[in-house]
Amino acid sequence: MIGVTHYVALSFLLFTIGVTGVLVRRNLLTVLMSIELILNAANLNLIAFSRQLGDLNGQLFAVFVITLAAGEAAIGLAIIISMYRLKGSVNLDDVAELKG
Amino acid sequence: MKAAAILFWIPVFPLIGFLVNGLLYLVSHSKLGGKDAPKGPHGHGDDHGHGDHEEIPFAGVHSVIGPAACALSFLASLLAIAAWWGETHGHESIVATLWTWMPIGENATWFGAKAIAVDAAFRIDALSALMLFFVTLIGTLIHVYSVGYMGHDPGYGRYFSYLNLFMFAMLTLVLGANLPVLFVGWEGVGLCSYLLIGFYWTKTWVADAGKKAFVVNRIGDFGFVLGIFGCFALFGTTDFDRMFALAAADPGRYAAGGLLTAVCLALFIGACGKSAQIPLYVWLPDAMAGPTPVSALIHAATMVTAGVYMVARCNIFFRISHVWAVESANGHPTTGWLLTHDASFVVAVIGGATAFFAATMGLTQNDIKKVLAYSTVSQLGYMFLGCGALAFSAGMFHVFTHSWFKACLFLGAGSVIHALSGEQDMTKMGGLRKLIPHTFLTMFVATIAIAGVPPFAGFFSKDAILGETYAAGYKVLWGFAILTAGLTAFYMFRLMRMTFFGTFRGTPEQLKHVHESPASMTVPLYVLAAGAAFTGFLGIPKFILGSENAVEKFLEPIFVKLPAAFVLEPHELPHSTEWMLLGTSVLVAVFGIALGWSLYSGAFPFSIPSRIASSLGGIYRLVRDKYRVDELYEAVFVNGLIKKGGRFLWEIDARVVDLIPNGAAALALGLSNVSSWFDRTFVDGAVNGVGNVFQAAFRGMHRVQTGRAQNYALTMAVGIFGFVCLYLLLK
Amino acid sequence: MTAPFFFWFFATLVVLGAVGVVAMRQPVHSALCLLLSFLGVAALFVTLSAEFLAAVQILVYAGGIMVLFLFTIMLVNLRRTAGEPYVHHQAGAALLVAFLLLAVVGGVVVGSSRAGDLADGGRLADASKLSTTTITRTVTQTVDGKKVRTPVTEVVAGNSQAVAWGLYRDYLLPFEVASVFLLVAMIGAVVLGKRTMERVD
Repeated sequence: MIGVTHYVALSFLLFTIGVTGVLVRRNLLTVLMSIELILNAANLNLIAFSRQLGDLNGQLFAVFVITLAAGEAAIGLAIIISMYRLKGSVNLDDVAELKG
Repeated sequence: MKAAAILFWIPVFPLIGFLVNGLLYLVSHSKLGGKDAPKGPHGHGDDHGHGDHEEIPFAGVHSVIGPAACALSFLASLLAIAAWWGETHGHESIVATLWTWMPIGENATWFGAKAIAVDAAFRIDALSALMLFFVTLIGTLIHVYSVGYMGHDPGYGRYFSYLNLFMFAMLTLVLGANLPVLFVGWEGVGLCSYLLIGFYWTKTWVADAGKKAFVVNRIGDFGFVLGIFGCFALFGTTDFDRMFALAAADPGRYAAGGLLTAVCLALFIGACGKSAQIPLYVWLPDAMAGPTPVSALIHAATMVTAGVYMVARCNIFFRISHVWAVESANGHPTTGWLLTHDASFVVAVIGGATAFFAATMGLTQNDIKKVLAYSTVSQLGYMFLGCGALAFSAGMFHVFTHSWFKACLFLGAGSVIHALSGEQDMTKMGGLRKLIPHTFLTMFVATIAIAGVPPFAGFFSKDAILGETYAAGYKVLWGFAILTAGLTAFYMFRLMRMTFFGTFRGTPEQLKHVHESPASMTVPLYVLAAGAAFTGFLGIPKFILGSENAVEKFLEPIFVKLPAAFVLEPHELPHSTEWMLLGTSVLVAVFGIALGWSLYSGAFPFSIPSRIASSLGGIYRLVRDKYRVDELYEAVFVNGLIKKGGRFLWEIDARVVDLIPNGAAALALGLSNVSSWFDRTFVDGAVNGVGNVFQAAFRGMHRVQTGRAQNYALTMAVGIFGFVCLYLLLK
Repeated sequence: MTAPFFFWFFATLVVLGAVGVVAMRQPVHSALCLLLSFLGVAALFVTLSAEFLAAVQILVYAGGIMVLFLFTIMLVNLRRTAGEPYVHHQAGAALLVAFLLLAVVGGVVVGSSRAGDLADGGRLADASKLSTTTITRTVTQTVDGKKVRTPVTEVVAGNSQAVAWGLYRDYLLPFEVASVFLLVAMIGAVVLGKRTMERVD
């Protein structure tokens, strides 16, 4: 019987994979994609609990999360474009301006 | 009119004269130098025009105001004396208090001081009346004389303003009712003496003479001031009436321990300075650098007599001192003891010594004014001898007569110098008797008077002093005094001989210009000669007259009565002794005249004097060089004390005293070094240390800040994991 | 085809896609795997009676964000140079931490679902609220010649309607704020992407 637990476990697995991607990958684009994974995981969690509790608030909240994710992805990609123009690479290690 | 009201005007007329003359002079000589470079004194052969005053601005005004101020003062003096005589018949003094000058101690809590207030007050009594009379009269005569004598000197206005200022100061001195006011006049005449001696200040030696006079005077003034302090301390007041009353009431208390003697000696030091006694006489011969009327007025008739006046005024102190000294000594005191305990004896000794000493110096001088200067010092010695013998009226009588004949002599000498266009060296004079008869006649009268030939004035006054000296028991001093009389007669007739008799030894140019002085100069000469001739009759000795003479009677009130224990028995000599003394003095005088007359006859160089001079050789040179006293003073005081002493003090200042600021600076420097070391080591060390600690501490943490976002993200992940664990654990 | 099958199938897709994102060397491959993941998530939303959200997910994520990513990859024109590692040097530590996290939290989650810890035994609640909304409208009727407004309640069916009514009725302010946020993001992206910006060295 598929209960909310399965969904929660799945969302957590997704979250973990996303965190791993953020920490592990050198390419900034891939890092951003990993961040989308994390957001998706959160959304999944929200919807799962909304279904379990019969409450619409979860879904409404997930709508907002998706909105914000879209905006954030746009900005992030614009930053990547800028960074590429400045630095010539999208390697996170090359952007160690705060080093020291 | 009351005497007290007139007293104020006596000094004020000359003061007004000084202000007017001075202002006019300043106005007309608004820029210094140039127009008024003073011409040299006459003794340098300056040729001068005659009587033409056109170059001198305001000459007419000066000629009128100068003598008029003095004449008005004379008239005021006569009026004052008349009023005083009318009010008191000469028995009391009248004091006119003008204002309270120093209200010290009137507020009793002010430093707990005693009330020693000093008033600006004038006083007229017998002594000051006497002084007033001849000071103003002779002063007026000399002012009139100056009109002719200084007529073409560019500093004409300056001269009269100074002369008037001098009269003001002298009259303040004479009229002073207490010692401080007297001292004001004292200082004032000293100042005017300096100004007038240094009248031709563009010549260095003239300016030096003025400075010398002032400085030596000042030394005496120091003693005088100490005497004034002593009077304050002893009596609590310096007003003459009050002081003398206190002293007369309880003389023993003040004389005890020699306090009063000390005060007398201090005051006498002041008199030595002002009246040119040993050792402070050195300024008077040099003072001849001033114009001749100045010498006549200041250094013959008036200023130098101020010392005698002061001693005579304070006669009660000297009398008390003498009696105390005599009575304190059991038996017969030795001279040395007397010299330290009896102020009047000191006065007598110094007076006698000065008289003799100066007379010897007058023998060898060739400058006509210098002879008269030493003569003045010698005669002043006589006056102090009289006062020292407690014969104050005799001393004052000699002051009186001396002023007449000495002024006449000086003015006559001025007339001679004027006639010879500035020549002062007697070796270049001679045979002037027929050429300047008025001058000759008046000078001759004055010379006989000073020589002590009866019945002229000098005889009576000198004889009074000699008699009193002998009677007081100072026989040795009497001996010296008699010798001095002989010397006086000798050198005075030497002067007359060299100047007026014989053949003229000057240049033909001078001979061409020899002329008698104008009336403005000869009239005063005649008046003075008349005084020299006839004033002696005021002081006919008692043993001849049978009773006290006019002077003694007149001056009697100034001798305040002392209690019986302190009254001196008047020295009574048998009449025979008196006649003998009188005869001796006459003989000595005649002998001196004869010697002087004969030795200096004939042509120059006079044979006998030059033979004496060459045979005495060293002694002669010593005397001629005035015993090298000036050189001694120069070596000891000027070089030794002042220059070397000054150098020594400068060394002390540079080495020792300056150690203090230098040391302070070094100390400050050292302290600052220490403090800066402290600052560097500890304070900066602390600050730097903190920084270093942090730097070292975080050097390890430096690697944490990689600047890489993923490293930070990993850190965050670890943190989240930690929180989750924590949460779960806590659940 | 029962419900568990759909869950397991789509869950596998999601996880495969996620792992693909992290593991792929080429960013394009990562993007495509991400797309797969998104689609899987959308399907899972449907199984959870969130139909509207599934549609939004596909529209926004798969249709918008993925396009953005692909455009950016194209613009950036990345080529992975050979020999260069594509994972971080901290990969080891990161994997360890992630594994730990998963283990701990996962263990807790799974462990707490057994033994009757859940209040309702894990049974899903009634989905009626998710699919219907009660709305109140005012109806204007002309009674006796006058306009009378009477409130009428009715039940509207459909998840989209429910979400819509929820957004516009209960969460109006956040909705407006979100729209402002999107505006700002758009402007920001335009500004950041402008080619004429100065290079800052």
